[in-house]
Amino acid sequence: MSTAVAGWHAAGLRRAGVIALALAALAASFALDLATGPAMLPVSAVLRTVLGQGSDPMVGAIVWTLRLPIALMAVAVGAALGLSGAVMQTILANPLASSYTLGISAGAGFGAALVILFGAALPLNQDWAIPMAAFAFAGLACAMVAGVGRRRGASPEMLVLAGIACLFLFNALLSLLQFLASPEALQQIVFWLFGSLMRATPARVLVVLLVLAAVLPLLLRDAWRLTALQLGDDRAAALGIAVPALRLRAFAMVSVLTGAAVAFVGTIGFVGLVAPHIARMLVGEDQRHMLPASAAFGALLLSAASVASKSILPGTVFPIGIVTALIGVPFFFWLVLSRGAVR
Amino acid sequence: MRLQARDIAVRYGRHDALRGVSLTAKPGEVLVVLGANGSGKSSLLRSLAGQQKHAGTIAWSGEGGAIGFMPQDSTARPALTVFETVLLGRMRSLTLRVGAADLAAAEAALAETGIAALAQRRLATLSGGQRQLAFLAQTLAAAPKALLLDEPTSALDIAHQLHVLALLREATRRRGLTTIAVLHDINAAARFADRIAVLAEGRLLAYGTPEAVLSRDLLRAAYGVEAAVMAGPDGRPVVIGLGVAAAS
Repeated sequence: MSTAVAGWHAAGLRRAGVIALALAALAASFALDLATGPAMLPVSAVLRTVLGQGSDPMVGAIVWTLRLPIALMAVAVGAALGLSGAVMQTILANPLASSYTLGISAGAGFGAALVILFGAALPLNQDWAIPMAAFAFAGLACAMVAGVGRRRGASPEMLVLAGIACLFLFNALLSLLQFLASPEALQQIVFWLFGSLMRATPARVLVVLLVLAAVLPLLLRDAWRLTALQLGDDRAAALGIAVPALRLRAFAMVSVLTGAAVAFVGTIGFVGLVAPHIARMLVGEDQRHMLPASAAFGALLLSAASVASKSILPGTVFPIGIVTALIGVPFFFWLVLSRGAVR
Repeated sequence: MRLQARDIAVRYGRHDALRGVSLTAKPGEVLVVLGANGSGKSSLLRSLAGQQKHAGTIAWSGEGGAIGFMPQDSTARPALTVFETVLLGRMRSLTLRVGAADLAAAEAALAETGIAALAQRRLATLSGGQRQLAFLAQTLAAAPKALLLDEPTSALDIAHQLHVLALLREATRRRGLTTIAVLHDINAAARFADRIAVLAEGRLLAYGTPEAVLSRDLLRAAYGVEAAVMAGPDGRPVVIGLGVAAAS
């Protein structure tokens, strides 16, 4: 084997090692997430319950019906946001893109607010009506962006422009609903927009995991094409790739993924922006590694944020959307500043 | 593969970029397309590569195979390594688990372009000349039968220019490629082309060997410049631009 091929194999092994380490850290964070909470249960009691030797039914209820769904939701949503952010940055050729850039989550927020405000009058189960409306409006936002964007050959510039317009539209509509809302409804809307894992239930976790399990293999099938896209549209086309079709296909998959994640937990910022950057720095841009790594780091970030949200004030769980932004913003500034220094 | 293009025409909206261009190219030869900015060179090349809607017929005949197309250098600076970049040239056969044939082809292309030592370097850290070599290796990795290159030497210093062009001619001869390159440098074209096609305002102005094509009158017509054309040390023409021609 030549040094070039050997070097390539070595890089592949190193990247697999990075992903394995991230998963190990994720397992540790997940365990910590189970062990901590406002109920202040002793770790030994939690451990006994997890091992099936617990005798206290209250501890069992807290661990299995409260903490486990939340901890799993953090992992599932974090992975979904990390993965969708990575794909967004690739197809938009923009390192500052995430699933929020194109108004997908603004659409979701509007859909949720719509049901919070008017859903009570309808014979609907709010537990599912709110996520479903959020998902539907995320899809609508995506369809608007794709519909406008494809008119100009689905160029990244056109998609970003259409997406930002969409973001403003749904934010304006959301403000309108907040303006019209009663104080009680307004409080509910604002709390939804904070983003919170507390709404996690086993069924909801399962939905996000299923969407993730369906989308990740589809994206990996396009991994080489997405890698080539980073050389620019012209070169990707010269390699035989139908660029507009690839971009719209990936955009649709990411929208479903983001929609499913945001629908159940509300808007959680910065995971989708930051996780792909960490992944890119550590494993490079070969999307066969970059996509799983982004999902792993997204899951790790949100799981760690979930632990942090319970540790700031013992006995209180901060909305996780606030925690991720507070961690994310300084990181984001550091990222922008260090990029400026490198170039 | 032998190329026979007849009456190629390209329109962008109401603007005719290319009007009724016919030309041929054959294996083992380098055809250089010259012309002023906006004369239709890139439109012609993209049409031949199947990347551009056009009127007219383009026929490639003879032993079949892929057509390698190397677009102009772009501003994209991804964090890909050179090896990964070259491997992408095998796009049509790449799978999640990369096959031995694809690795071998990428390796051979790296060796052929003399950049095996750069294999693990990130693309963004290369000089312009090294980057062009990486993309040339990417194009060669697909084992094409024809090679279409859009300004492969623009923005390169003279040493890298000569290196890239010599490499291209060498690969063309050895692999029996049908090579068509758009160049801006008339003297480089005169040295390396077997044939030259000159475009002006979307029409084919001249087509033939460098000696037959390059003349004062042609340069005035194609570029609007006054120029002296002399015989170089190897008998090929050398062009010295003297000034912009007075409007006639």
